[in-house]
Amino acid sequence: MTTLSPAAGGKASSAPLMGRDAEPTIFELSQPGRSAYQLRTTGVPSWTAEELFDSAMLADHPVPLAEVSERDLVAHVTRLSHRQFSVDLGAYPLGSCTMKYNPKICDAVATMPGFAGVHPGAPASMTQGWLETFVTLERALCEVTGMAAATLQPAAGAAGELTGLLLMRAYHEANGDVRRRIIIPDSAHGTNPASVTLGGYEVTTIASDARGCVDLEALKAALDTDVAGIMLTNPNTLGLFEEDIAEIAAALHNVGGLLYYDGANLNAIMGVVRPGDMGFDIVHMNLHKTFATPHGGGGPGAGPVAVSPRLVDFLPGPRATEVAPGVYDWVKPSKSIGRVHGWHGNALVLARALAYIEVHGGDGLRRVSERAVLNANWIRQRLSAKFDVAFDRPCMHEVVLSLAKLRKDHGVKALDIAKRIMEEGFHAPTVYFPLIVDEALMIEPTETESLQTLEALAKAFEVALDDALNNEAAVFAAPRTTPVGRVDEARAARSLVQTFDARG
Amino acid sequence: MADYLPHTDDELRSMLDFLGLASTEELFNAVPSAIRLARGLDLPNGLSEPDILHRFEQRAKRNTARSDQMVCFAGGGAYDHELPPVVKALASRSEFVTAYTPYQPEVAQGVLQAIFEFQTMIARIYGLPVSNASLYDGATALVEAVNLGVASSGSQRVVLSAGVHPHWRQVVTTFAAGTGHELEIVPLKDGLTDFSAIQGTCGVIVVAQPNYLGGLEDLASVRALCDATGAIMVVAADPVASGVLKTPGSFGADVVVGEGQGFGTALSFGGPYLGLFACTMKEIRRLPGRIVGETVDVEGRRAYVTTLRTREQDIRREKASSNICSNQTLMAVAASIQLGWLGTEGFAEMALACARGTRYLSDKLRTGTGATLLHPELNVFRELAVRTVKPASQVVEEMAARGYLAGIAASALNGASDPSLADEVLGHVLLVSVTERRTAEEIDAFAIALEEVAQ
Repeated sequence: MTTLSPAAGGKASSAPLMGRDAEPTIFELSQPGRSAYQLRTTGVPSWTAEELFDSAMLADHPVPLAEVSERDLVAHVTRLSHRQFSVDLGAYPLGSCTMKYNPKICDAVATMPGFAGVHPGAPASMTQGWLETFVTLERALCEVTGMAAATLQPAAGAAGELTGLLLMRAYHEANGDVRRRIIIPDSAHGTNPASVTLGGYEVTTIASDARGCVDLEALKAALDTDVAGIMLTNPNTLGLFEEDIAEIAAALHNVGGLLYYDGANLNAIMGVVRPGDMGFDIVHMNLHKTFATPHGGGGPGAGPVAVSPRLVDFLPGPRATEVAPGVYDWVKPSKSIGRVHGWHGNALVLARALAYIEVHGGDGLRRVSERAVLNANWIRQRLSAKFDVAFDRPCMHEVVLSLAKLRKDHGVKALDIAKRIMEEGFHAPTVYFPLIVDEALMIEPTETESLQTLEALAKAFEVALDDALNNEAAVFAAPRTTPVGRVDEARAARSLVQTFDARG
Repeated sequence: MADYLPHTDDELRSMLDFLGLASTEELFNAVPSAIRLARGLDLPNGLSEPDILHRFEQRAKRNTARSDQMVCFAGGGAYDHELPPVVKALASRSEFVTAYTPYQPEVAQGVLQAIFEFQTMIARIYGLPVSNASLYDGATALVEAVNLGVASSGSQRVVLSAGVHPHWRQVVTTFAAGTGHELEIVPLKDGLTDFSAIQGTCGVIVVAQPNYLGGLEDLASVRALCDATGAIMVVAADPVASGVLKTPGSFGADVVVGEGQGFGTALSFGGPYLGLFACTMKEIRRLPGRIVGETVDVEGRRAYVTTLRTREQDIRREKASSNICSNQTLMAVAASIQLGWLGTEGFAEMALACARGTRYLSDKLRTGTGATLLHPELNVFRELAVRTVKPASQVVEEMAARGYLAGIAASALNGASDPSLADEVLGHVLLVSVTERRTAEEIDAFAIALEEVAQ
């Protein structure tokens, strides 16, 4: 790999910054009497508040917000934006988060006034384009996952999980079947057990085996007719494919349980293998991961849930449905669990995802997964000479390193390495997840990073490791090139300042 | 055709060589052949970007209910408020759009500080000391509020006003199937919640301000009822109303939730929206979702970080009181920009303009016969319940032909029935909303058209 050009598109260490001062809050920029707003000239009579409302209801004083000019507002927000890492700035190898490039075409679709300007309460006759979009997306998602139908309402993956558990509950109850437990592997995302509790179930955790996969014997030992289902991520959170999935599915179905697929890692398998063909009954997808809708700094996402035929009647509703060729309407499934969103779901996110699917087509989606897995394996192989790979075998779309030895021998933690990598112009990888790997560093390069970027990222890991071995102080001091250095998290929790008004 | 994958053919070959693989197919050796998809995905071939744009333009043409082409009097939880160019430009900056959750605070101060400013603004608007970093939408924020209230009070008895938006009530009902909360819906009487029958211990009492018919509830008496029953007081409050009316926090609400779409987010066909969540200090350890706190970095410079993380699901797992692991940061950032743009004065002006427009329209509907006020004596904010002679859903369709998004038929939100509207009335109630964007000229013409159409 020595022939690789050192210039990497995903390396952000050239980003210009003017300095390292703190940015004042907008409240500190405020000057009484200054303003930016402009509203329509309505010609409506200028009644006073006292003429419109009982005095007992009226505010004693205006809510203080900020008093800034438009120019100062723009400068403030622009400076904030310069204090923020993003996919558009550089590579974001954050394991489990699928921080791929977000094509701008999808934003263009979502900002069309014919989509963004539509009122959600308007009747179906006036929103046929939206309903067509929903139906087309639902069909595509069902084809990718091998399921029969889907709800697009859940606003995020966690909302999808809880929706899925309520579907399980409704299904079992309709069969007169009272079940109390849900099985979850110890490598699962934290949302899984939290969702189980909110779904009214108890969690049974099963350990992973030496391969990093579900221990089939332990699973079978835990199964009985009290088990409502299992929640699995496949490939799992270690980036490994659960090779026994067909046996797992058969074992669950044998006791009448259902299989829930956490679609967090769907980006690894599109066009290769489908959850429905693995035996899953319920699938949530994270459109903000697999289908490239931008993460927005932590939301909005979208977490549609697709189901096998026996669960279709229980789906949340109403669902957009093609009732005659080219004619769409809202239809509530006959045994629907009800609404899980105030309106129809995160519609603009859904439109972006459909644009992404349509620009790629079936072949393109498969290529996405191939390259995601190729990039992850390349970085695994590239780093395996100097780092311990937690489970040293071919991975899917992400790879987990363990820095346990480095910590034991040198006192350098995974977090320290992550902070040092940021000085090299990359976002840090995920740290301390999955919980079952000591000092975990989880890397998900995604398919949109080039070979040159992967090489530069690998070099960043090596530089960080070299410092850990030879110049510990530099690692503990990292990052020194970022707008702020390491942040005192303990103080934030101990002396809570949750608003500007809570400052001492 | 071009896509977003950077690999050249040479690079593909060299990468496979590096891994000792002969083909990309071998990357998936761990997937048993019995379950592999033996065919390609049955999806159309990929299209070029110009083709995609064209296709979506065609779809968009079938969406006629657009606020830029029709005069919007529809509300019901989604409002046509001013969305100025400065907010659109700033909120669409890709540093915000393409960032992830601020897990590494050193490279996420932009989002973290924007959220901190957002939390401050929402806390002030609701009159409470704590706001989280936002939730999915108003309806799901209410679900979280109910869960918090049950955990705090120790009682699963949840009393919910029928004045809460019907969709929100439906969402609370859906999730109660998992938590086992006992829901009681209290009907409205003359447009306001009639809590007189509520006795005994309650866990949570939920009231909407204004309620979905626009009516302004007596929050002081709801507080008294909560004190008498031991309930946590949850108010589903329109944040715009705080521009002119006392905040829900000033009446002693324990938790206030709401929909923040009106602050910088387009109508968007209902999502993504912005769930608001504020509470007292007493409840902060039960707060769902993320919260940002101010602190310092190693050099003593001011810095921001997500805090009180031990509440969250990735640490507490099955013991967590919420499964939320994200928020609607981009919408929260947009809201903080919009509220900064409005400022102290603009926020009050906008609320007052909504109230004036609503009064102006309601005065015009006092003399008609086709369209009349359902509750003529009701004090309202930004929403009006209009009784139409013709079925309201038909009125909406016919008004569309005249260029109006006339409102939302109450029956469309409720389905078959509503706890506080008689079945024969429900089908004839049109929910109309007037924002600061409606001029007197538009309202005059609308009132005339509505009176004609609704006959």
